[in-house]
Amino acid sequence: MGLERAFADEPAFVPYLAAGDPNYEASLEYVEALARGGADAIELGLPFSEPIAEGKTIQNAIVRSLEAGMTPDRFFEFVEDLDVDVPLVCMTYYNLIYQYGESEGPRPFVEKAAAVGIEGLVVPDLPGEEAGPLRTACDEFGLDLVFIVAPTTKGDRLERMLEQVSGYVYVQARLGVTGAREDVDDATEESLARLSDWDVPKAVGFGIKTGDHAERIVSSGADGIIVGSALVDIVAEGHENGDSADTVADRLEAKARELKEGALRGAAGRPQPERT
Amino acid sequence: MSTDDAYDPKFGEYGGQYVPEALMPAIEELTDAYQRYVLENEDGFMDEFRERLADFGGRPTPLQYADQLSARYDTDVYLKREDLLHGGAHKLNNALGQVLLAKYMGKERIIAETGAGQHGTATAMAAAHLDMPCEIYMGETDIARQRPNVFRMKINGSEVVPVTVGRGTLKEAISETMREWATTVENTHYVIGSIVGPHPFPKMVRDFQAVISEEAREQAIEKMGGLPDSVMACAGGGSNTMGTFAHFIEDTGVDLYAVEAGGSSLQVDEEEGVAPNSATLSTGDEGVLHGARTKLLQDSDGQIMESHSVSSGLDYAGVGPELAHLVDEDRVTPVNVDDDAALEAFHRLSQDEGIIPALETAHAFGYLEEHHDEVGDSVVINVSGRGDKDLEIAIEETSKRDLDIAPDMSIFDSVGRSPTSQSTGDEPRDSVGGGGL
Repeated sequence: MGLERAFADEPAFVPYLAAGDPNYEASLEYVEALARGGADAIELGLPFSEPIAEGKTIQNAIVRSLEAGMTPDRFFEFVEDLDVDVPLVCMTYYNLIYQYGESEGPRPFVEKAAAVGIEGLVVPDLPGEEAGPLRTACDEFGLDLVFIVAPTTKGDRLERMLEQVSGYVYVQARLGVTGAREDVDDATEESLARLSDWDVPKAVGFGIKTGDHAERIVSSGADGIIVGSALVDIVAEGHENGDSADTVADRLEAKARELKEGALRGAAGRPQPERT
Repeated sequence: MSTDDAYDPKFGEYGGQYVPEALMPAIEELTDAYQRYVLENEDGFMDEFRERLADFGGRPTPLQYADQLSARYDTDVYLKREDLLHGGAHKLNNALGQVLLAKYMGKERIIAETGAGQHGTATAMAAAHLDMPCEIYMGETDIARQRPNVFRMKINGSEVVPVTVGRGTLKEAISETMREWATTVENTHYVIGSIVGPHPFPKMVRDFQAVISEEAREQAIEKMGGLPDSVMACAGGGSNTMGTFAHFIEDTGVDLYAVEAGGSSLQVDEEEGVAPNSATLSTGDEGVLHGARTKLLQDSDGQIMESHSVSSGLDYAGVGPELAHLVDEDRVTPVNVDDDAALEAFHRLSQDEGIIPALETAHAFGYLEEHHDEVGDSVVINVSGRGDKDLEIAIEETSKRDLDIAPDMSIFDSVGRSPTSQSTGDEPRDSVGGGGL
């Protein structure tokens, strides 16, 4: 399958935005700006009304997007309208996948996602225990199903998860919910160490805010970084200040460059993880 | 009931464990603890639980013959008096069980969500009783309309954390408590307040609440010489409902009625994402919310609707997966009554029987008023909670309506103060706990 290729040559920068935040047109421009800034794959949030894994920043993005009229069908149009040439991953909650289409179960959603060019899914409220039907549908249509490894995922759970992963694993850098933080949690390095012998790209997310964070995480052994809230903060601030979409897009592109360059520095410094 | 397998997460198609991976290890740990302590009575857990329910909680609660209602409906009406349980509602059965279990598991801290504040109050009491630090997450709308319970939680030593997202009711409080649990899961137990959420919560909460029907069934046989024709309970998330039904499930001659909140209307506004009711069992569709597959109030895309009820405790867009299953199996009959009928029933039970019920509870009596000729010759109704917490809102809502049964409140006019002047929630009132709004 395909998502591994985003991690093939160098550490991957995987940004997240809620599709349609704060509106459809601006959001298209923002996602394209992230691609210009160096994104190797992009996670697009399909907003769900009860986002139990999200912190305040992304909760608010979801509210803005829903209020601007985002729906699953609009989301698929959004993906078709995007002009980017990196792999796209849909991040959403299981009820939207389960309800989509006429027939029961996740198959119609996955079929449609594949048709518009989505290559993978991340579903934060779907642990391995409940993932069977979605796994089957993803296999049928050639999508990767990305699993989240939490700081609490250890022992047998970790072994069982290895059998289900595809594309990349989403290494949750800290307990809790999404949101930009001022530091890198030690749990990140411990989680990466537990996965060191997994032959699948390891992308770290939750709390990454700066190029320096990206550098440190990649130097600890991550194959990529996932950044959401730090980018959504830029969208939110621009929206509140009434800045033009072009201005906000430029800021996003610059932030993307900072994060991607941090990741590249981290890879260059890997033999000596401690920075000098 | 307690013969169930602790490791089977489903009720037919319903139930399951739809939660973030970070919570799954804690849920596995909880499942083991449920099996060992609750189902197998390891270390005498259930013995201690029963003893504390008796000494601290005041169990058993009576099954009382309701003279006036029985005469009014020409049907033997028996009241299971959970309103007499410590805290004034059935909620303590579950809260005490889970806080005690958390202690047995070596957890250091309790968190809980609350809607009407009854579960939060019960959890705060249980946490104080068992010396555990406790934080309660409560939507700001509910904080405003359930002030007395906010005071009780704080007075019992718990923190009350306002939840400001969304409409600020039970749905948002559960989401926020799950987020908090995902952050502190290593030393914290989440005392969920109903038979909702990921497995094993629906089964475990039911088992703690099943003491209601265990007693009621024995008491019915003793007082009536047999089983009732019908058993009735209000249903929001469904913990008092399943507790009241659990030991009657196998008695197929007993009709089970789950009375939901019909709110102001059963019609939904798909455009606005609002259902002006909480009649999930009657009108909801299958979906996944807060860790379980169950019946939900949702739009055609799967976005969760904002529910409504005059009673905070029923105001929820989901329902316990076991109740959803029992409705599909035709074992439980879902019915509903609207806000008006519930308010009338609130006054009727107060005036006719001297029992002021919670507005949640009043829904069950509203249904009895409308359908008493369909429930057979004898009915057991769970008085799930007392109505002290609801006095302000009941008076305010009554004053908006033209109810023949409403008491005359003009006494306040002569002393220069409207009975509803305290309940608008707009003005700061005093320094006891109101400042956090």
